[in-house]
Amino acid sequence: MHAETYIVDEPENSIFRVNRATMTSPEILAKEWDTIFSLNWLYIGHVSELAEPGEYRRRTVGGRPLFFVRGKDDVIRAFHNTCPHRGALICRQDEGVASTFQCFYHAWSFDTSGNLVGLPDEDGYGPNFDRSERALAQVARLEQYRGFYFVNFDREAVDLHTYLADAKEYLDLVADQSLIGRMKVVKGVQSYSMRANWKLLVENSIDGYHALPTHQTYFNYLQGMGGMAAAAAPTPDGQLPPRGRGGVALGNGHAVVDGRAPWGRPVARWSPTLGEEAKGEIEEIREQLIQKYGREWGLRIAETDRNLFIYPNLIINDIMAITVRTFTPVRPDYMEVTAYELAPEEESGDRLHRRLRNFLEFLGPGGLATPDDVEALESCQLGFGSGGVTWNDISRGIHRKALGSDELQMRTFWRQWNAQMTGTPASRWDDGPIAPREPVTAGTR
Amino acid sequence: MTTLERTDTELSRLLMQRRVEEFFYFEADLLDAWRLDEWLALFTDDATYVVPSTDDPSADPADSLVLIDDDRERLHWRVERLKSRHAHREYPWSRTRRFISNVRVVSASEDEVVVRASFIVYRFRAGHADQFIGRYRYRLEPAGDSFRIRARRAELDQERLSPNGAVSMIL
Repeated sequence: MHAETYIVDEPENSIFRVNRATMTSPEILAKEWDTIFSLNWLYIGHVSELAEPGEYRRRTVGGRPLFFVRGKDDVIRAFHNTCPHRGALICRQDEGVASTFQCFYHAWSFDTSGNLVGLPDEDGYGPNFDRSERALAQVARLEQYRGFYFVNFDREAVDLHTYLADAKEYLDLVADQSLIGRMKVVKGVQSYSMRANWKLLVENSIDGYHALPTHQTYFNYLQGMGGMAAAAAPTPDGQLPPRGRGGVALGNGHAVVDGRAPWGRPVARWSPTLGEEAKGEIEEIREQLIQKYGREWGLRIAETDRNLFIYPNLIINDIMAITVRTFTPVRPDYMEVTAYELAPEEESGDRLHRRLRNFLEFLGPGGLATPDDVEALESCQLGFGSGGVTWNDISRGIHRKALGSDELQMRTFWRQWNAQMTGTPASRWDDGPIAPREPVTAGTR
Repeated sequence: MTTLERTDTELSRLLMQRRVEEFFYFEADLLDAWRLDEWLALFTDDATYVVPSTDDPSADPADSLVLIDDDRERLHWRVERLKSRHAHREYPWSRTRRFISNVRVVSASEDEVVVRASFIVYRFRAGHADQFIGRYRYRLEPAGDSFRIRARRAELDQERLSPNGAVSMIL
């Protein structure tokens, strides 16, 4: 469908449509590999996962096997997971601490900085053989913001901080939840899949409109556990809580749903599901946040929820817990999903267990809600196969300042996606006629 | 022809093995028939139901992100959800068939019987046949000639939940 239109974007006519072929076409997926997953900053991991020199994590990023490691020199690097000799995988375990990485095929050995430090029978190579030219290949770019590490396969890409645009404010709200200034990824990885196009999960992860109809049984549980008053309740000092900004376009395709939901937050909004015994502790955490950061920022951290989307495939949903979730297409109608839980490093014992149980009340492939989402996305994908309808309607709220239950968040994603797929810079992130800031196109290709 | 010596210890061990297997088959029948209220009644008030993540089948849900970490109350809500018309991945219910084998009684006292077993659960729905393969770990409370469940843990062998996507039914 190269000659076809991907999206129709006409806010003046209250129209925003997405061509369903973007979800089903193998040609479009091939083009996404060359653009979306080759030119943008892609999340690889969190600083807390590489605590000590030599510690590594194996990751598949943008469909490519990579690993990232803290060198003995304390520098974090990301490598292509392939031996520069003949191609075998160098890192064949998901995690660990290494002093060297040895390829099992011909026993070439590399230090934690990627240098070739040993190979059997080196005399067998000619006089021009240079070990330094056979080092592990580093990914073109690796940069971090507040401990979140991203790679970019495009050497010419704009720097990460510029790329993240206004999303940095929301990453700060997540990173600042630790009173000692250190967040950690908790042990345990949820690795699952959906028989659906990967962009359906982008939409779903920042879609407030579906929550009540799709997740009715979750809300029944919340109600049954003691009520959903947390969202509307005044803060413990009797003042009205911050309400959040609704659906917000954050630039470069990033978006957030910034609001206040009816569940409890371990940091720091108590509700009955967190247990009566936790009430005092959670209120104390909230007060400490206000003391540390001031009332406005402290209350935003504690009392508001955010479904944050970092273009193109990272979700950090800071809701009843913090889920860090990436997903990658395998086929147009199939994706693999990887999800982690982020927590303040100072959490342990009952407090950590409370957070983890709060995560599982909704989130993940065994939660009381996420399986409904898996079903919804797979249902959409099956529906696309029916034909008869060319366009999805993503126009909700296009005529007004977007609410969290509107679809501006999705529109800003699609605007950037369309810009990159067609090679024309996006003219706007919001629905308004004036571009709020200069769009940044990924790379210079 | 030799005479088989049967000691009381051996007989009681065989009886225990038989009772545990009968209990597992009974439980599997309830689940495959979606008789969830009767299934839930098998659990003690302080019972737990855990499914670890696929990266670490031995993970402790107190300090690791798992897939399911239910206490009796959460399990009640899981059952209520599955009985409603709004657990969309299980409405209509999938067809499941459970095979439980390699049953090993790890320890048995008057107070508690610890068992591990292998399982295969086939799930058929929406044109797909998904399999879940792994190991059960149970802590059972003896109750007459049967048991109640104190702890039930289903450890998956697969490396990811792919392509089966979710644990939407009881595993």
